Amino acid sequence: MHLRKLVWREMFERKNQLATSFLAILLGIAVVVSIKNITFFSEKAVAAQLDALGANVLILPKSVSLQDYYSADMQNDEFPEEYVQRLALSDIQGLDNLSPKLSLPVKLKDRSFTLTGILPKSEFQAKAMWSGAGIFARPAEGCGTVADVPGALRPTAKETLVRQRVIEDLSDTEALIGADVATLLGTKEGDSLDVLGRTFTVTAVLPQTGTVDDSRIFAHLHAVQDMAGKGPVINAIEIVGCCKEISGGLVQKINKLLPDAKVVTVTQVVDTQVKTNGMMARLSLIFLGIIVLVGGASIANYMYANVYERRREIGTLMALGAGSGVILKMFLLKALLLGLAGGVCGYILGTVLAVALGPRLAGIPVLPMPVLVVWAIGISVVIALVASYFPARRAARLDPCATLQEV
Amino acid sequence: MRLESVSKSYQHRGRTVAALDNASLEIPAGDFVAVVGPSGSGKSTLLLVLGGMLSPSTGKVHLNGHSLYELSPNQRAEVRRQKVGFVFQTFNLVPYLTALENVQIPLYLAGVDEPAQKERATALLERVGLGDRLDHKPPELSIGQQQRVALARVMANDPEIILADEPTGNLDPETGQQILDLLEDINREGRTIVMVTHDPRAAARAKRTLRLHEGRISSASNGVPAATRRDSNRTMM
Repeated sequence: MHLRKLVWREMFERKNQLATSFLAILLGIAVVVSIKNITFFSEKAVAAQLDALGANVLILPKSVSLQDYYSADMQNDEFPEEYVQRLALSDIQGLDNLSPKLSLPVKLKDRSFTLTGILPKSEFQAKAMWSGAGIFARPAEGCGTVADVPGALRPTAKETLVRQRVIEDLSDTEALIGADVATLLGTKEGDSLDVLGRTFTVTAVLPQTGTVDDSRIFAHLHAVQDMAGKGPVINAIEIVGCCKEISGGLVQKINKLLPDAKVVTVTQVVDTQVKTNGMMARLSLIFLGIIVLVGGASIANYMYANVYERRREIGTLMALGAGSGVILKMFLLKALLLGLAGGVCGYILGTVLAVALGPRLAGIPVLPMPVLVVWAIGISVVIALVASYFPARRAARLDPCATLQEV
Repeated sequence: MRLESVSKSYQHRGRTVAALDNASLEIPAGDFVAVVGPSGSGKSTLLLVLGGMLSPSTGKVHLNGHSLYELSPNQRAEVRRQKVGFVFQTFNLVPYLTALENVQIPLYLAGVDEPAQKERATALLERVGLGDRLDHKPPELSIGQQQRVALARVMANDPEIILADEPTGNLDPETGQQILDLLEDINREGRTIVMVTHDPRAAARAKRTLRLHEGRISSASNGVPAATRRDSNRTMM
């Protein structure tokens, strides 16, 4: 005989009452595990989709509005290219894809197009002073890159410019042209293209996007700066920021770093995601509150009833020499076992529900998250122990004489 | 074991009820005392006070020369674990444990390891004639068998004093006699027995009888009054 056996045997003596408490804690934990699991994968999927949308943060000169930028495609105000360096050297998280741009209006065969200078990634990495510091020293977290969205094809090299707003390599004499430019000028890959007195080789025709990008000619930023004759200036920096970082105050951080520039975000998209994340977090908290109340109250009620029913047994044990510590441990060990079982089974049920319902409810694949088992057991055990403490204390303080006389 | 001017009163519906009224008593080691008296005369209260389960309103209870109620509740539990055994009219076996496990409880509480618990509990159950009922739970045993399990349980920690509250009260005469035979055997081993009973035949098996009336010890038969016995008897506690 030992305490565990005593507790174990008693638990199965009153199975029906135990089952009610067990179910309360099991269902509560299962619901929260399920919500947390689906939310995690939903946030991940939405973040990936948001990243795939392209730039969601724009840095513009103070005088320019987002409306101007999109409607006119370009503006006359500029700021120094050095701003890019400042951003790259900063410790701001979530800025993995910086894309500085300088746009000029050009006329080719009597048609108006936009020549946009961009800086390829290789230019950032080539700058020794930037290497080993700032953004390139950070571990790759997948933020700002196009994630593999289930069902979507991996982007080709050309698409990276359209979606990620950056390109790995681009020489001074190379150009990429939008789909409309190619059609209207009858130009294809490998052709030469004369723009403002410079000859570029068309290395790629970008796929149709339905945006102003279709009538752009992309060339190396420094080549475009030379053609504009305005020095090392740019008129926009596009950033594929992580929505998590954007909601975490990215804009304010950039504003602080670049007080002379304006930072705007694709607020609608970000706000929606932030609101969804917030709603799911609140829902999780509400359910957690319900578990604490319902599960805790159910366990406390069960334990009080259990103490009442067992007062003769408690009195007998005390008559046989059990001290109050043994009685207290007897009930708390029972609560611990109940909490452990509720946590483990709640995790399993919650995970099964999440994996089964996730694709139907959120349209995303959901995988089990082993880390939640620790969380589920922790919450369940704490609720069970706290709810059982006062009934257990009452049992330990019972007057053995009264319990033997009254029953 | 000695009671010195012990009184115990309860409040019942605004009235003070005296369960024990200035009771003094000395029980030497090896004695077998029957306590008789009408219902409500304080017999069970006396037993609980002697067992350290119910603190008296006034007076002292001495055990082994120590004042029992000057100890903390946990220290009194320790004394019960080592020296006192209770036998109840309703046996008070733990219903979800087997006979063997019920007898193991006092041994577990005393910190005895499990193999030794099993060995001792088996021997005790064999002694009371239940060697073939080790794995039976109380509801699977007859009333008499349940009381024998309770007797085996009370013997588990080899107590010096056994306090029995109507041990034959729920038994048929034949089974009652078997239990009394066992109690006599236990007493012959040198243990002190205080037995509350309504049954004159059971009381007749004791070495002496104390009569309680309205909380007072009104008479003692087959024995010597406490005041004169104090010097001549070996006291156990």
